[in-house]
Amino acid sequence: MSQKIELTIDGREISAVPGQTILSAAEEAGVYIPRLCHLKGLTPHGSCRICTVLVNGRPQSACTQPVAPGMLVENDTPKVNGLRRNLLDMLFVEGNHFCMFCEKSGNCELQALAYRFGITAPKYPYMFPQRTLDASHPDILIERNRCILCGRCVRASQELDGKHAFDFIGRGAHKRLHVNAEARLADTDAAVEDRAVAACPVGSLLRKRVGYALPVGRRAYDHQPIGSEISAAAPQG
Amino acid sequence: MTPELESAVREICAAHDRDPLRLMDILRAVQQRCGSISSPIIARIAAELRIPRVRVESTATFYAFFTAQPTGRIVIRVCNDVIDELQGGQRVLAAFEQELGIRVGETTPDGLITLTETACIGMCDQAPAALVNDVVVTRLSTDRAREIVQALRANPDPKALVTRLGDGNNGHALVGAMVENNLRYAEPAYVFSPLARGVALSKAVAMSPAEIIRAVKVSRLRGRGGAGFPTGMKWEFARAAPGDRKFIVCNADEGEPGTFKDRVILTECPDRVFAGMTIAGYAIGAAEGVLYLRAEYAYLRAFLEDVLARRRAEGLLGQSVAGKAGFNFDIRIQMGAGAYICGEETALLNSCEGLRGDPRNRPPFPAQRGYLGCPTVVNNVETLCKVVKIIQDGPAAFAEHGSAGSSGTKLLSISGDCKRPGVYEVAFGVTLRHVLELCGAEDAAAVQVGGPSGQLVPRSQYDRKICYDDLATGGSVMVFGPQRDLVHVVRRYLDFFAEESCGYCTPCRVGTRLLIERLAHIQAGRGSPDDLAYLEELGQTIKLTSRCGLGQTAANPVLTSLKNFPEVWAGRVRARSNGHQPGFDLSTAVGAAELIVGRRSAHAHAAS
Repeated sequence: MSQKIELTIDGREISAVPGQTILSAAEEAGVYIPRLCHLKGLTPHGSCRICTVLVNGRPQSACTQPVAPGMLVENDTPKVNGLRRNLLDMLFVEGNHFCMFCEKSGNCELQALAYRFGITAPKYPYMFPQRTLDASHPDILIERNRCILCGRCVRASQELDGKHAFDFIGRGAHKRLHVNAEARLADTDAAVEDRAVAACPVGSLLRKRVGYALPVGRRAYDHQPIGSEISAAAPQG
Repeated sequence: MTPELESAVREICAAHDRDPLRLMDILRAVQQRCGSISSPIIARIAAELRIPRVRVESTATFYAFFTAQPTGRIVIRVCNDVIDELQGGQRVLAAFEQELGIRVGETTPDGLITLTETACIGMCDQAPAALVNDVVVTRLSTDRAREIVQALRANPDPKALVTRLGDGNNGHALVGAMVENNLRYAEPAYVFSPLARGVALSKAVAMSPAEIIRAVKVSRLRGRGGAGFPTGMKWEFARAAPGDRKFIVCNADEGEPGTFKDRVILTECPDRVFAGMTIAGYAIGAAEGVLYLRAEYAYLRAFLEDVLARRRAEGLLGQSVAGKAGFNFDIRIQMGAGAYICGEETALLNSCEGLRGDPRNRPPFPAQRGYLGCPTVVNNVETLCKVVKIIQDGPAAFAEHGSAGSSGTKLLSISGDCKRPGVYEVAFGVTLRHVLELCGAEDAAAVQVGGPSGQLVPRSQYDRKICYDDLATGGSVMVFGPQRDLVHVVRRYLDFFAEESCGYCTPCRVGTRLLIERLAHIQAGRGSPDDLAYLEELGQTIKLTSRCGLGQTAANPVLTSLKNFPEVWAGRVRARSNGHQPGFDLSTAVGAAELIVGRRSAHAHAAS
């Protein structure tokens, strides 16, 4: 099973193994494909669509699309990045994001992607939804205003924690994160050390009493854009 | 929760073997019996099925026909698609409100009747229409709406509303509907042609599965649901896929606004649909078939079950089908619960498994891993009918009709501003102009071909052909006369998509709402030429980045009308010479502040 698949990303030839997704093959080759709903170790979700690439001219989500021989993948191009900017804009206006006062600031993947893409203000009008906050749990806070419905907590709870503490309810505009209880997270078996809590890319699932512990300047994306560690690992020459 | 309610829920769960895969059926039964799926009921179901309660809630909150709030014994669902509206649907809705003394979404104080709106119920050829529980009422007027309310108050049995019966099998004792077939034209007749029961199936089982697949491939039959995938190739994939258990699923969830051909097929030729499923089952090596029937067509269910029972008795289903030793095949009906997205094949499969109707990531495709993870072929109702005819008459007879890339015939559901709305069977390659002549719509100003996800075609393009390579369509043809406001039509289509989006992916969930927001600006007279470029770019983003067909086509009403009707849009926006942003209404923006201070802003009102 060691047969190799050759494909091209932005003109660079990379090799992959059968069954691998475009995103993971790219990552191994040191090519960063931006993503939000995808987290290594979880079943790919394909919901945020930030990892959209053009494969032989057709849009695909890189996190779910398996590699195939001879694929021509466009990733870091003005057209693709324009689409991603628009998707990021949509996520910002859909919720109530307040980066400067969010305790996830500097560690937030949504914010970090906005920086990477040079977004200072979204071009779409804010929707200002009415969303609820759940502070019932002694150690975990759910701030739905910042939830981007990526489902990382939902999958991590099921696939890594062996629980089913979270799931989505409602559809379309009414879709929202819910807990495995009538209303309160406190009534579920969720625990602060659950991988689900750490899986949240934004400030929606938060550990209580650790916010702002690390000063600005020492947070994850303060010095290098998100994804830098992947591109830094690119083979030289 | 009362002990009676609790035991009712227990009973329903037990009757479905406490099987989580049958959650849709359980929720439907609970909704019907208890009037709602409340939080305590969700907890009870979860406990009975031994699954997390949030998993039950996830499914229960996805479908439009399930409600958390108690509904009345009778639910009136008034169809709100644009065709119904153009025929007076809004006035009918207002008459219902007035006569009931409640607003849409409310229940009468006596708990008898709930009034609500619903997406296309497949009756555009006899609009405006509504569902009263499962009973279809058509050709409504304000007077008729009032009569219906009075009749229900006198006798709360919706079945009593049926005062006349429709044509054909609509008059069958097990259907008993006032629905009309409006079968207008069938030449060459492939679906609505006489066909002796069991003949094609006997012929099929005398062939080998490979021969059947070859015949279907030679016929060049492509899926009639809209996507147009070659049927024979799909069957071949499923046949070749590893696995002992395989499924045939018939997609009878036609929710595309303006589509109703499957309704007529299911009413008039259910045997042909089931024969098609059986032949498909034989071809791919499946023993089980599922007909996924949309909730709006629940009035056909007893009739279809009866047809299935008769076929079992005749040896056309069950063990050794049509006398073929070793070929066992049976079909069950899975009901939906009000979700357009479940017409997407992978969403449909999730729904069959008792899950939310979110589409799945592809690959794997259903032919590899479908229902319950097994190789599954999902075919449209019309496609399966065509298979029967292909097997009976041979593929050459089928392929001689139609055009090069699109063989055979297509059923069109035609509605809107035409003299003869209804179902038409035409050969592929026919011009839109000819179709408009057939239905009596020579003065049409615009035609939406392929439903909201298709294209809005202008008069200058009526010589285009209906086929996969030009004007592709699952069957919906909606005609708009010169008096119609196309921007309004586009708006209503977008409202539909935003309402029916599953919400899984960002562009569809958020983008459709952003399109509506900007469209509303333009409709309010505050649009500038920049807004048209904005709509175009936003629409392209939604189209290119959405995960499934719903999102990928949701912007089409905007995009195709911008392209084909630039003059309509140009007439709705204007550039401002004073440098003001037309999208920003200063006087409205300061309105609340003015109220608080009790003074009008001179600047705000000078500007407007």
